[in-house]
Amino acid sequence: MPELLQPVILGEGAPGRRGVVIPEPAVAAPELAEVLPASMLRREAPALPQQSELETVRHYLRLSQLNHAIDKGFYPLGSCTMKYNPKVNEWAARLDGMANIHPYQPESQLQGALEIMHDLQQWLCAITGLERCSLQPAAGAHGELTGILMIKAYHQHRGDARRTRVLVPDSAHGTNPATAAVAGFEVVTVASDGRGLVDLADLKSKLDDRVAALMLTNPNTLGLFEEDILEIQEAVHAAGGLLYYDGANFNAILGTVRPGDMGFDVVHLNLHKTFSTPHGGGGPGSGPVVVGKALEPFLPVPIVVRDASGTYRLESDRPLTIGRVKAFFGNFGMHVRAYAYILAHGAEGLAQVSRDAVLNANYLKANLKEAFEMPHAQPCMHEFVMSGSRQKAKGCNTLLMGKRLIDFGIHPPTIYFPLIVPEAMMIEPTETESKETLDRFVTAMHTIAREVDETPEVVQQAPHTTPIKRVDEVLAARKPVLRWRP
Amino acid sequence: MTYAYLPHTPADRAAMLDSIGVSSMDALLSHIPKALREVRLDLPRPHAEAEIQQRLARLAARNVSASQQASFVGAGVTHRYRPAAVDQIASRSEFYTAYTPYQPEVSQGTLQAIFEFQSMICELTGMDVANASMYDGSTAVAEAALMAVRVTNRPRVLVCGSVHPEYEAVTRTYAQGPGLVIDSLPTRADATDVAAVKAALTPDTSALIVQVPGVLGTVADLAGLADVVHAAGALLVVVADPIALGVLEAPGRWGADLVVGEAQGLGNAMSLGGPHVGYMACRDAHVRQLPGRICGMSQDAEGRPCFTLTLQTREQHIRREKAASNICTNQALNALFSTIHLALLGPEGLRDVARTSALRAHHLADRLTRLPGCRLAHPESPFLSEFVLTSPVPATQLRDALLARGILAGLPLDTWWPERTHDLLIAVTEMNAPEELEALVAGIAAVVSAQGGQRSQEAVHA
Repeated sequence: MPELLQPVILGEGAPGRRGVVIPEPAVAAPELAEVLPASMLRREAPALPQQSELETVRHYLRLSQLNHAIDKGFYPLGSCTMKYNPKVNEWAARLDGMANIHPYQPESQLQGALEIMHDLQQWLCAITGLERCSLQPAAGAHGELTGILMIKAYHQHRGDARRTRVLVPDSAHGTNPATAAVAGFEVVTVASDGRGLVDLADLKSKLDDRVAALMLTNPNTLGLFEEDILEIQEAVHAAGGLLYYDGANFNAILGTVRPGDMGFDVVHLNLHKTFSTPHGGGGPGSGPVVVGKALEPFLPVPIVVRDASGTYRLESDRPLTIGRVKAFFGNFGMHVRAYAYILAHGAEGLAQVSRDAVLNANYLKANLKEAFEMPHAQPCMHEFVMSGSRQKAKGCNTLLMGKRLIDFGIHPPTIYFPLIVPEAMMIEPTETESKETLDRFVTAMHTIAREVDETPEVVQQAPHTTPIKRVDEVLAARKPVLRWRP
Repeated sequence: MTYAYLPHTPADRAAMLDSIGVSSMDALLSHIPKALREVRLDLPRPHAEAEIQQRLARLAARNVSASQQASFVGAGVTHRYRPAAVDQIASRSEFYTAYTPYQPEVSQGTLQAIFEFQSMICELTGMDVANASMYDGSTAVAEAALMAVRVTNRPRVLVCGSVHPEYEAVTRTYAQGPGLVIDSLPTRADATDVAAVKAALTPDTSALIVQVPGVLGTVADLAGLADVVHAAGALLVVVADPIALGVLEAPGRWGADLVVGEAQGLGNAMSLGGPHVGYMACRDAHVRQLPGRICGMSQDAEGRPCFTLTLQTREQHIRREKAASNICTNQALNALFSTIHLALLGPEGLRDVARTSALRAHHLADRLTRLPGCRLAHPESPFLSEFVLTSPVPATQLRDALLARGILAGLPLDTWWPERTHDLLIAVTEMNAPEELEALVAGIAAVVSAQGGQRSQEAVHA
């Protein structure tokens, strides 16, 4: 029987071994058994590994080598904005004065950190074209929840209790309907039309005095700019609803178009997408929210303000606030990184970021349109969605082609999303990839398309070069093994 | 101007536009209404990397770090030793520049690390299942409240006074969504008042949330609590410090249905309160209601055991509005920091961290309570490594006076409760060497006696 590539560390080692030595108490004090209730003392030690430092280091280094990562190769994962994470950002967040500070220190000891947060708030307001910013949310979905709770508070404050619905396009990310539901709203889906854009007639038929908000991603998950946005915002506002901007695709318009100018009332930004903070294998993220005048009173507390003397402080006295959405002030380490990223670019550089992101996506689309089905002909923004339906008919579906791409050292695109395109492959190259890398990707995709015609078994059995073969995901769900046991 | 992270030359851009078949970038963006494309952003000019370093180093120098003073502030964020190997290994590009492991064939490293994190959390808490992480302790508590409501179908949640006030505040914010009622038990010191708990439980109560050690450091005897809560048909949610669980009984052993908490102290920098890492563990029976990502074991096409994300029908990207939670990105990298730290510590190292901190805290408390007018605010309550000192000097004044001696003495409790003007919450860790404890005792003694001297002089003049 084949074994795990690397044993689970919990079962490893021998009693008496350890990877770090802790200082002795070196004070006169009673032992814990004398001061704590007997019922609360641990009877059996947890079965943690017992290894030397080297053995532990080797274990995790070997695990790291089993991953694909941006620093290793192209990662065109749609809607995830897998751009390069600059090294100077990591340096900055690890500075002693950034990493080793406590949220309950007096403000006088935190002026540098508060200045960073204050300036980042201001810059994100400028970048979005809105009024006030809270850096507290820990991730995109957390920002969504914050925004939707503010919208709820806004309507309640106006005594408008009938607004129990949130409209979400059928192309939206899953977090949008999930967030609206968690916030206690009924989710109503708006259809997309033949262009891949919000179906205006369907939207208007669903706008009434029960609608609290429309949640919109622009460009949408097909990578298409909602060209009717000004008409959409007028209609939603005329019906008394508010407009929520999901910033998942903000890299498409960074420095070029502002959600505030489009009429949005609240935006969340993903610092871990647009502003280059690392994805970390699934977090930490950071999801600041930026709001216009209507929602400003409801922002979570605290926010950082600068008083007339130039001193920075935390402001919590906001009577209509929805409260805290997280302990302390948000993922500060991510704020530092985003601050460094904005400094590196300035206004013109950020505009160049989005323009190159759009250029790269259109370049790939133009060079793949012969070999693959393109459901939407118009120019895309930072990403595009193509369909593997032609190849599926020949026995190689999108999943298989994605797995085959791994053999070329490239991470598969986002697949089977959005749901409205069959056999969807959502491709987002980002602006940090060179023309040479994009050309290699085009060559790889053409090779795979040829293999589908000539040697489909090569695609069907992919991947061939990975440390493990295709994983049985059904088995994992049917017979869940969710932890190691002694 | 050129940019280090943007590879295209003007010639590249021209060739690519040509390949697309458009004349310019503006032509490519012409479907966006023109009025929307005319923006001018008020931002700093572009900075070279050397300038970025200089500016950020200057800003960092305007903060006082824990390495520049003796720090006794805890209250949910602790200054602990982070072994050098933790940051060295977790900072490998293969870990931190990877995405969520949706493609298991190229993500076994991240997946196995998550599986190990889940397993270690289960070992510490005595629970059956843990998820891949939550944003932090506060949101883990809020999600636990929502989960208890889903499991029991009851709309109220009872929060003990031992729970961190910011955790309760976040839970109250989350409760606004589904319109839940949060009831609070006022007892600040601990939750031993079983009679009060019993009286506060209603047929609509889905859960009792209790924290151990309590936010003020106390360790109450909670052994009988689960029976009371279960008899009322509610769940027992325990908020636990995973380092304390190196010496405290696993909550799963005394009847917890859900165990959540903050694992920052395991390998993560304080970083002004984030990014940290929340955890959440439950019984097998409730796993389908557990929010967030879960990694499970499976096998590949050749029968080799391996890992993959699983039970995803709970999650937003599959279930949309019917998902158990909206959580997507969580704190995978921070969980990795915790996992490596726990692996280095092992059971004995973890116990040592908790024991050294606790013994030093008891030594310090003993010394401080010998000073004139100083006493423990909760002398009847056992504590682990954090305690409340009541001093004759207002706590904020005491804290501020000691800053000049290079000591951050603790958290004045009027930060949370305006009436507690003379109470200082003091946290001790393995980073507070015995000399630091002596310096704190000497510092407080000096401030207290100066105050006392001033008082007696005032008395004379009066």
